[in-house]
Amino acid sequence: MILMRRSLPKASSKRPDWLPYLTARVDDARHAGLQRYYSRSLFAPETPIANIPMVALDMETTGLDERRHAIVSIGLVPFDMQRIRLAERRYWVVKPPRPLNRDSVTFHHITHSEIADAPDLREILDELLDALAGRLIVVHYRNIERHFLNTAVNARIGEEFKFPVIDTMELEARLHRRTYLSRLKRRLGGKPVSIRLHNSRGRYGLPAYQSHHAVIDSLATAELLQAQVARHYSLETPLADIWI
Amino acid sequence: MDVELLDIREHMARFPPFDGLSDELLDDVAQHVEVAYFEAGRDILGYDQEVHDLHYIRQGAVEIHRRNGELYNRLGEGDIFGQFSLLRNHRVRYPAKSIEDTLIYFIPESVFHRLCEADDQFADFVELGRARLKAVVEEQHNSNDTMITRVRRLITRTPVMIESSLSAQDAARCMNEENVSAVLVVAPPDDDPQRTFIDREGQPKRLVGILTDLDFRNRVIAEGRSAEIPVGDVVTETLISIQSDESVHEAMLCMLRNNVHHLPVLHRRRPLGLLHLSDIIRYETHSSLYLVSNIFNQTSVKGLADLEPEVRTTFVRMVEAGANSQMVGSALSTIGRSFTRRLLELAEEALGPPPVPYCFMVMGSMARNDQTIVSDQDNALVLDDSYDPERHGDYFAELAKRVCDGLDACGYPYCKGDIMATNSRWRQPLAVWKRYFSDWIDHPNPEHLLHSSIFFDLDSVYGEETFAEQLQDLVADKAAESPAFLAAMARNALNRTPPLGFFRTFVMEKDGKHNNSINLKRRGTAPTIDLIRVHALACGSRAQNPFDRLDDIAKTSLLPSGTGDKIRYALEFIAIVRIRHQVFDIEEERTPDNNIEPRKVSDTERHNLKDAFQVLSNAQKFLKFRYPMPAMSRTR
Repeated sequence: MILMRRSLPKASSKRPDWLPYLTARVDDARHAGLQRYYSRSLFAPETPIANIPMVALDMETTGLDERRHAIVSIGLVPFDMQRIRLAERRYWVVKPPRPLNRDSVTFHHITHSEIADAPDLREILDELLDALAGRLIVVHYRNIERHFLNTAVNARIGEEFKFPVIDTMELEARLHRRTYLSRLKRRLGGKPVSIRLHNSRGRYGLPAYQSHHAVIDSLATAELLQAQVARHYSLETPLADIWI
Repeated sequence: MDVELLDIREHMARFPPFDGLSDELLDDVAQHVEVAYFEAGRDILGYDQEVHDLHYIRQGAVEIHRRNGELYNRLGEGDIFGQFSLLRNHRVRYPAKSIEDTLIYFIPESVFHRLCEADDQFADFVELGRARLKAVVEEQHNSNDTMITRVRRLITRTPVMIESSLSAQDAARCMNEENVSAVLVVAPPDDDPQRTFIDREGQPKRLVGILTDLDFRNRVIAEGRSAEIPVGDVVTETLISIQSDESVHEAMLCMLRNNVHHLPVLHRRRPLGLLHLSDIIRYETHSSLYLVSNIFNQTSVKGLADLEPEVRTTFVRMVEAGANSQMVGSALSTIGRSFTRRLLELAEEALGPPPVPYCFMVMGSMARNDQTIVSDQDNALVLDDSYDPERHGDYFAELAKRVCDGLDACGYPYCKGDIMATNSRWRQPLAVWKRYFSDWIDHPNPEHLLHSSIFFDLDSVYGEETFAEQLQDLVADKAAESPAFLAAMARNALNRTPPLGFFRTFVMEKDGKHNNSINLKRRGTAPTIDLIRVHALACGSRAQNPFDRLDDIAKTSLLPSGTGDKIRYALEFIAIVRIRHQVFDIEEERTPDNNIEPRKVSDTERHNLKDAFQVLSNAQKFLKFRYPMPAMSRTR
């Protein structure tokens, strides 16, 4: 354990500097919703994590490729380092632009008729952006939420939607995939440590939630971040060290 | 119900007090929870911090400490904390710290208060231990029919009463016409107000006694008396009766204890009816009655020993029928007494009548009427002072041997401490016993204290009851006047302490250590009975049963108000858990004992046991304060 803590990598030099982009977007965002989002989400990189309002975000999609697949549900749970405000959770089912292939896709808790009756993302976009505004987005595996949202928003309003995140999977990867010790182990034929949401949670004594509803996965992600910060970082850790 | 909250909802539904909530209330809780993670070793609630949520442990473990650092509780998955602060002033009195990585669900106080309003069971659970234990014990009490059915409900007609001047023949004719097997005999009033009542015609009458079919055979015909003899000369004047508001159960016990089949039911002093054993049998479902009559029908020790499985069956049946510990304790003590009496009768048949009067005395649970299925024998012989060891010694030694061997054969093993009538030290004339008792009270050394705590629960089972009563009187009168003895007994009563509670599958001790099982007699009922005995001795109570003793103590100011009830509920609860676990043992075909394994204790039971242990622990602390060592008188 101690070894792991010591070998924790410092903020990567490749870590993007989000401030110029966010500042620029406050001025150049045209869509009203996006503008509200950016004007409220200008986080200074040196802000301690304890002072950052956050929102855990999870979505279900019809596949992994944002160019071919689409979002079917979005769940989010606002939180900070003290409390996860599950009571303020939000959840939307949205209708993909192309009809679903009925046989190939099944979703947790969502019926195909529910999807057929659901609104297009465009209709809930303002609500979604307002729920995210003023909060740093936290996800487990950023490539889904970030790429799908950007593509979907772009397709509807012709503007890009990029945002900084804390990626709990990336934080786990830093601990288990990119340390000297873990590389050595792997070279010696060891199995890589799983950094999937469920397995990562187990390492912190977090319960196994049965459901994979987008709200529950958001809750699970928020709990995981609290645990990661408690064990490997501190409440004073600046945003710059962990956002990506 | 929001499907995404199912996980949370279903987890809570597994644990008390949420397990008893309606679906609607449970939804309400799940809708409003907030969540936070605490790494091992972090403070969750600090002393005097403001708190506005009920804390529910979803995963992990939490320790609650008193302000002085003493461990108060250790909680695991599904446990709650913070409720006392929410009910009081929203300030934390006992700080909470995570001892493992812990995930807490917070239930906002608004929801908490809604639950308390909407669900009594929830409110009872989160309120202070006393209320919770009280609720549990009373609920059990209410669920048992015989315990609350009053004996007057069994009365079907007014009793037939005849004048004591009536001849035996006229009395028999009257009973025949009325088709009854017993009548009450009345006479003009005399000086005894205890037996005087006003009859239906407004005439004052004196209740002389009861006359039964059997009396005509035994007291008239067998003795060759004339049919013209007035019934007043035949009737037994000792009158065993019961008050109309007593329970059916009590009536049954009264008949068993006194070995009678008819019982006059009185309202104060006025007879309301005459109850026959069959009236109760018709009402009672359990078989302790049959068992007792069966005991008295046996003609050999072998026959008695063969009844042992029936004792177990009766025990299991009573517990399953929802009897409380007092009912089970009385019934089993009555059964034990019946065995003892029958063994004495058989011994006397074999050895001839006793050369001098004696009293067969029992101690411990049989004397207290709180016997369980696991019980050693504790007994002694009190002989008439005319006893001469040279001439009578052999008789009583043999009598004692037959009874103690017989009891062992019937499932009451020999006493390991040799507290038995077979020990010549415990087979002595009344005067010697009085000397023993006085000496023990005057000189409370460790050995005397041990004897006092055994022998000062005593009762007669057979023979000269007055011998045992004289000893009870001596103890009651002398102990109350002996502060040094009371102080020593109080300290002695602190030797066995309760554990703190349970944690997961362990018994948790006050120092935080864990054990795999707990002896609920040693750590629960016995220390409670010990401390009740000290207060009972202090107030000169002549009662032997701990619950009866608490009644006597309640009439004094020895205990702060309300404390007696707390102790009563705690004792009842610990006792019934112990009894229920003995039933588990029997059902799983293991030898029943006093140990319980925490993994077999239900969640609700463990909360209630924890409360009961707390009550016991506090009562022990108070004992030391109530009976301080008197200052030694200085001698020059």
